[in-house]
Formats: sequence, C-alpha cells, structure tokens
Amino acid sequence: MSSQTAEPAAIPRPPLKERLREQMPYWIVVALALAGLALIADFSTWATLTLAGLAMGMLIFIMASGLTLVFGLMDVMNFGHGAFISIGAFVGGSVLLGLGGWAVSSSAALNLAAVLLAIAAAMATTGALGWFFERVIVKPVYGAHLKQILVTMGGLIVAEELIRLIWGPNQIPLPRPQVLKGSLLIGEIVIERYRLLAVALGLAIFAGLRWTLVRTKLGLLIRAAVENGEMVEALGYRVRRLFVQVFIAGSALAGLGGVMWGMYDEIITAQMGLNILVLVFIVVIIGGLGSVDGCFIGALLVGLMANYTGFLAPKVALGSNILLMVAILLWRPRGLLPPGKGR
Amino acid sequence: MAEPLLRLTGVHTHIGRYHILQGVDLAVPEGELTMLLGCNGAGKTTALRTIMGLWRASNGTLLFAGTELGALATPDISRLGIGYVPENMGVFASLTVAENMTLAARERAIDRQRLDWIFSLFPALRRFWSLPAGNLSGGQKQMLAIARAMIEPRRLILIDEPSKGLAPAIVDALIEAMRELKRTATTILMVEQNFRMAQALGDGVAVMEDGRIVHTGRMAALAADTGLQARLLGLSLGAHQ
Repeated sequence: MSSQTAEPAAIPRPPLKERLREQMPYWIVVALALAGLALIADFSTWATLTLAGLAMGMLIFIMASGLTLVFGLMDVMNFGHGAFISIGAFVGGSVLLGLGGWAVSSSAALNLAAVLLAIAAAMATTGALGWFFERVIVKPVYGAHLKQILVTMGGLIVAEELIRLIWGPNQIPLPRPQVLKGSLLIGEIVIERYRLLAVALGLAIFAGLRWTLVRTKLGLLIRAAVENGEMVEALGYRVRRLFVQVFIAGSALAGLGGVMWGMYDEIITAQMGLNILVLVFIVVIIGGLGSVDGCFIGALLVGLMANYTGFLAPKVALGSNILLMVAILLWRPRGLLPPGKGR
Repeated sequence: MAEPLLRLTGVHTHIGRYHILQGVDLAVPEGELTMLLGCNGAGKTTALRTIMGLWRASNGTLLFAGTELGALATPDISRLGIGYVPENMGVFASLTVAENMTLAARERAIDRQRLDWIFSLFPALRRFWSLPAGNLSGGQKQMLAIARAMIEPRRLILIDEPSKGLAPAIVDALIEAMRELKRTATTILMVEQNFRMAQALGDGVAVMEDGRIVHTGRMAALAADTGLQARLLGLSLGAHQ
C-alpha cells in the first residue's frame, strides 16, 4: 500500500501568536524593502536597487545553499567552499572566453548556449573536485571542528595558488554575452538583463531544492538526517553516502554561483571565492545552520542591505551585513529559521 | 537448548576515557521479551547502543543469528532486521507522522494490513498522520517511535525506556501494544526502569550493575521474590506494587 492511504488528520491551527512568530522572518524581507523605500524616497531608484539586491541575494543563495546542507548534515565547517566558487568562475570563464565568437554573436541562441556550456563545465568540474575534496580533506576530520577549519582553509589557499599557477596572477575580465548586456527601461526603473537572469536562476534553484527536499525520498532523508543523523543510520540508511552526494551537489552549486558572480562583476580573481565566502557564511549563519529556507531569506536580506546601504551610506556599507547578522543573532540566536521545523 | 538470537560475550565499551561496559555477557532468546534492568548509570543504554553499532565495542563478541555485529556499520546492523527505539525516541520532529513511517519502511511501500494493525494499537497515529511529529505529545511520540520499529517485520527490536516520563494511562496503552507485538513472536530486548511495566511484559530478565550483568533469570521468578528485587534493584515492596 502507499503511505497516502491513511486518513488525513484534521490539522489544528496553531495559535495566532505562534503563527506570527513562525512567519516573522519572511516579513523581515518585506520590512527591509519598505524601510529602504522610506529612506531612499525615490521609487525608481529604490526599484533599481531592490532588483540589484535581489539578484545579488540570489547569487549568494546559490553558493550558500550547498554549504548550509553540508553543515546541517555532518556538522562540517567547510571553508574550502570558497575554492569551488573561484574554480567555477575560472573554468566557466575559460569556456566563455574560449567560445568568444558565440558570446559576441548577434544570435541570442548562441549567446545562451555559450552561457549554458560555461555553467555545465563549471558545475561538472567543481562537483568532481567536491568529491575529491570530501574524500581526501574533509573525511579524515569528521567531528573535529578546529581541524576542519584548518584543513579546509588550507585547501582554499592551495586552490587559490593553483588558480594563479594555471591562469596567471592577474585578474581576468569576463564580458557578458551580448544577450545579457544592457538594461530594460520600464518607466524610470532600470532593470539590467543580467540581474533578471540571476533572479530567475536563483528562484529556479530555490524551487528545485524545495521540491527535492519536500517531495522526494532523497529530500526526506536529507531533512531527517539534518535533524538526527544517528537515527537515520539506525533505520538502515547510510548518512555518509548521502553526505557525499550533498557535498558534490553543494560544490557544483558553488561552481555555478562562481561563474554567475564572475559575469555579474565582469571580472574574475583567484581570491574572489574567499571574498564572497564572508557573505556566504553570514547568510548561512543568519538563516540557521542547515536550513535552506533560512539561507534563502538570509541571502535576500544580505543582498538588499548591501545595495541600500551602498546607496544611502557607502561608508557603512561594508559593515552593514555584520550589523545585520549581530542584530538577528541577538533576536534569534539559532538563526532565522533553524532546521527541525520542516525546512 | 536453542541458540539465542542475540548473544553478547565479554563485551567492553569505552566512551572517551570512561569504561562503561566491563565484560557484558547476555543471551536474548528468540521470540521472547528480555528485560534489561538496573539503576541509572549501570550501562543499559550503552549496551543497546553498542548492539546497534552507535558506539563501538572495544572488546568481546556480539553474535546476532550467527552474524558478528562488531565489524558492521549501524545501517548494516539495522538491515539485518534489528529495530531500535532510543531513549529520546528519535522521532523526526520536522517530518510528519506519515514521513516518519515512510522512512522506517525504507525502500518498501508501507504494508496496508500492518499499518491498520498499528493504527488499532495506536489510534492517535491515524488521527495525526499528516501532522509534524514535533506537534505530538510525549506519549504520542513514544507510540510513533515504537510504531516505526514495528512497521516492518523485525527479527529483534531494541527499546530503551519506553515508559520514561509518561503518564500511567499512556504506560498502560504501551503495555497493551507491546503484548500485541509479543504475539507476533518478535524478539525484544527492552531497557526499563518502571518495574510494573517490566513485570507485566518480561519473559526473561537481566540485571546490570556497573557495566556488568549481575543476574539473569525468568521475570516471573524475580517478580515473586521481593528479597531478590531489593538486593538487585533496591526496590521495596511498596514502591512498585
């Protein structure tokens, strides 16, 4: 029989206070956007900044989602995640530059084919490297946080040096393909095409991750293992094998985020992974370690905050996300949506 | 005499620098419910966790139906047909009751007849089938934890203090459910502090003290001998009757 044959329960509604408390993190994004509108006081500027913030947030989410699951599943602090961001950017960038004719062609199909090939190469390379990294660097230090920080940070440094060795020490310009250049103008609102793509891709990945986590047996296992890996093992499942799969997927997503970020900045550097890793960790901590929904909300908050403060008070922009993290942790020490509540 | 389904011989377990199990010898006969009794800190939970491979035995042998468990990983031990209900119940709070049961059934679909049987023992699970397990009461979570171990036929079920923190009425319901489970000839090794429950369900009994088995025998004999109870378990007549 299938598990759906049992009679469904009459689900009692939780009290209003409880429901509001649960929904509060989602409303913070709206509140931040409205606060931005009040302070900027110009709708078209606010709309442009909001779209830029959402695009930045989505790219950070793509890079952070794998890291949060890796931590939630096996309690592994992986500072080496930044290496996959950089490598993804360089591999994808090399493909894009190699297909220069396609990227500058007037054919949108060829432009998009070049982007897709760059993404595929970045994800395949970083996924494979993720598997190697887990086997060789992470596996020997399961359960030892300090060693994890040291060896994964070491892995990141080695990866950066390898990038300098292979691609040279200088930053490499990475022009966007023709179809992704320029902006759309709706009224006075400027909408960059590339940011639209970033938002669409981020939403698609969030929806895909949510679908996998909620609708599939694999997702069921991941959610259960994030909550209590030992019990999942006692039910007969190999959590370590599951972890390796998630690690590979997380590394591939970091690679995807890296190549997308490279096109976002239109420049790639060996240390870009380390630079972005700070934002990625802020997002993972704000969201609640191990929570994909929390990671998504955290990424949106970080993206919006960076863009609003960059416009309103550029001098505090650099520290604004640290302040955001401190404020959220003072309010919810385990993050906005810690796992264990169906996330 | 038939070979027991599970036999522990000279099992030692270290957790960090602590030497918890200090040479446990225990036989669990097939088709019986064996009660593992003892005071707090005697090593009962460690014994169950060592059998499941959650903590590794540093010495000794653990034979289950002729298979040595010591070298196996926890998932492999589970797949030999051993169910485990931990002391903290181990239900996945963020998953619904249905999802908890689906995971316990592993790759197989849930058996309709077996599920109906479980619902007849624990009607609350049918009522709350679509609710997150975190919303259940303590007693309902314990029912779910036991139901999860029952959803597939298991050769051996390890249950750690199922009555802990539960109201007497819930304990009575659990006793009835365990009696039903016993009728299926499932072998059970249960750790329990509630002597009333132990008395009601146990066929055999083993008593632990300081990481060793200090007494084995029939539960009926221990239940009838108040002097032995007082010596082994520190129970007075009035405390458990």
